[in-house]
Amino acid sequence: MRPLSVIVRTVCNAFAWFVAVFGVYVIVHGHLSPGGGFQGGAVVATFMALLLVSHGATKCLGWVRTNFFYAFEHVGLLTFIAAGFLGIGVTFFYNSLALSGGLFGSAVPLGPNGGSLNTSGTIALMNCAVGIEVVGGLSMILLYMMQGVFHVDKPTLRGKEEAGHDR
Amino acid sequence: MTIWREHLPALLLALPLLGAFAAPVAGHFGSRARNVWFVSITALTALVAWGLWQQVSASGIVVYVMGAEHSRLTLPSGMALPVRILLEVDAMSALMAFMGAIAALAGALFSVRSMERFSGLDQFVALYLLLTAGMLGMEITGDLFNFFVFLEIASVASCGLVAFWRDRPEAVEASFKYMLLSTVGALMVLVAVAFFYGRYNTVAMAGVASHLQLGLAEKAALVFLVSALAMKCGTVPMHMWTPDAYAEAPAGVTCLLVAVSQAALYGLFRVCFTLYGASLGSSAVAWALIIMGLLSMFIGVTMAVIQKDVKRLMAYHSVSQVGYMLLGMGVALLVLSDPQKMAAYGAMALQGAVYHLFNYTMYKGLLFLVAGALAYAAGSRNLNDLGGLGRRMPQTAALFVIAAAAIAGLPPFNGFVSKLMIYESSFAVHPLLPVVAMVTSMLTLASFVKVFQTAFLGPEKAALREVQEVPGFMRGGMALLAVVVLVLSLFPTWSVGSFVEPAARALMDRAAYVGAVLGGGL
Amino acid sequence: MIGNLPYFAVAALVIFGLFGAIFGRNLVKIAVAVSLVEAATNLFIIALGYRNGGSIPVFTQAGGYADYMVLPTPQALTLTAIVIGMATTALLLSLIMLLYRHYGTLDVREIRRLRG
Repeated sequence: MRPLSVIVRTVCNAFAWFVAVFGVYVIVHGHLSPGGGFQGGAVVATFMALLLVSHGATKCLGWVRTNFFYAFEHVGLLTFIAAGFLGIGVTFFYNSLALSGGLFGSAVPLGPNGGSLNTSGTIALMNCAVGIEVVGGLSMILLYMMQGVFHVDKPTLRGKEEAGHDR
Repeated sequence: MTIWREHLPALLLALPLLGAFAAPVAGHFGSRARNVWFVSITALTALVAWGLWQQVSASGIVVYVMGAEHSRLTLPSGMALPVRILLEVDAMSALMAFMGAIAALAGALFSVRSMERFSGLDQFVALYLLLTAGMLGMEITGDLFNFFVFLEIASVASCGLVAFWRDRPEAVEASFKYMLLSTVGALMVLVAVAFFYGRYNTVAMAGVASHLQLGLAEKAALVFLVSALAMKCGTVPMHMWTPDAYAEAPAGVTCLLVAVSQAALYGLFRVCFTLYGASLGSSAVAWALIIMGLLSMFIGVTMAVIQKDVKRLMAYHSVSQVGYMLLGMGVALLVLSDPQKMAAYGAMALQGAVYHLFNYTMYKGLLFLVAGALAYAAGSRNLNDLGGLGRRMPQTAALFVIAAAAIAGLPPFNGFVSKLMIYESSFAVHPLLPVVAMVTSMLTLASFVKVFQTAFLGPEKAALREVQEVPGFMRGGMALLAVVVLVLSLFPTWSVGSFVEPAARALMDRAAYVGAVLGGGL
Repeated sequence: MIGNLPYFAVAALVIFGLFGAIFGRNLVKIAVAVSLVEAATNLFIIALGYRNGGSIPVFTQAGGYADYMVLPTPQALTLTAIVIGMATTALLLSLIMLLYRHYGTLDVREIRRLRG
């Protein structure tokens, strides 16, 4: 797949980072506002999608390795299941971090307010875990599908202009 | 030690999930570490399932509430309906979970050696354990929505595994077919769950069951649930995915897929007996199940007789075997609201169905493993290419004879006992029902005699001179299932009394299932 | 009547989706049809949980309307269903890519090596 025009590439280069930061924001505020691990993770995975579309697959697949995202995925999943085992003293998935004063452990302020990030215990931890997992998983799906397109394209589209891309 | 006993239902799900997520980490340390991890996780899961079964048979229904202040606190702070994720294990669930865990262990032992020449095994192990988790989740959840979630986990994982040999066009085609059907089926389950939520503000099975009054929404939900779950367990007329998926999956996976389809059948039991139960009113559903059962039996076995591919032949047999379970279940459902008839033959029909389900999972898994062993050793699944393997692979042949005798219902074996229970009870409804079942049984025997005669007896094919017995781990996986089949065959009274009868009683005792959750727990 | 509009939309989407999935000839169109059914199901659950005039079910942001919210459970269910839907769609599309690589076509009538 060929890269898009220089305008698209520049804009994508700039906005990919903003998208990633916004995605991380959605992940860590998952327990306070609409959104959460999956939604934020999907937004962060757009980073990879933007780069793939604007720079073309050949270049992008040279930049990143799927193993990197594979590691992301498994770190997220293992953190998630570890968060479940954290509460096994009471019940599986028991929110043992809430109100403990430590990480995500302060009390929720009463009444309408903007929300305090350091609350909700295991729920926030699980949001982060799911976020990491989804970033890895979705980026990996994108990369693998792109590699798959390569395999399909080689015999059928060789020498032809690719449809759907400008220039 | 006591603390672990309390958490068994959660561990039953957490262990395979942990195993799945950590499989690539184990694979990082080499193939031996991965295999040890794979087998030990499945063995531990089987142990946990056994412990859970013991706990249930000792102290009745076990309820586990995820994330609550106490594992049995179903109704915190005076709520009328449960709000958290619930696991509810009664004798039926415990039996299913134990059975599924054994099938998973056997498949894992078999896969360790049979898959070792392929790449991508980290993902194979992860998906296999995920499929195990999905299956066990379907069987022990007390929550309709989670049933849907685990159903989808199981179908995504099993489609990945069916398409494991992605360079085989047939495997990808079978996987696509299965994926399409199971996605649509699962969405139907979700719509039914939404109907229940809209009517009763809860998705907990016990909550829905306690308030259920048959109206339009409930009838629609029943149609969605029954058709989707009947599709998932592969009954005629929704059976077309079964032969493809079973035949194209790696053999160890097929052994587990059999248990997964039985989890869908368990869902059907749960919906018909626990969720609706006596409030089902008319006998339409019961007759629909009976007719689907008869059609599956007959069409499945007639399609099986003409097959050349060993695994495809066995896959069609699993369509026909599911028919027996549906027949027994339909007969029991027909007389559910009539205590007299229930005592006379309904209970026996239900016991026959549950017992046959147990037997079927064991001997069918064994048959698929034997087919996989044939393909491993001889390099072909086509009956025309096989012959005279009985001399080269005597142990595999012996295991095949055990499984084939059990599926055909020859007298000393367990298949005979469960089939007899279904024949006797369905005779009381209409004399034609057991006739179809017996004809099916005879055709089953005929087609397995054909397989045995062609593959194991007869002159040795020139191409098969160098064939050797399959490795020890594969034989170990098969032997595990064979031992279970033999135990069930040699001690039918004990196995009916301790496994089957409590399970059937749990299915009929709707009030206990509801009370365990809505009683408030603790 | 107007309150029932979401349910009519759900019924229409389910019918279109099932029609497309059953009678579609192109694999990608079948995958799209399945996603349509999925969207309809999610819309159904969300519509069930909506309460006329209710505020968002986030306590700290509901302002003065904190006593009347739409139901949060169906939204949680829908989120789960969306995640699962994404996984199934990704798997379906990957399988379609593999099928195209093997058979060189997306026409269901030509992809039938398994029969009988």
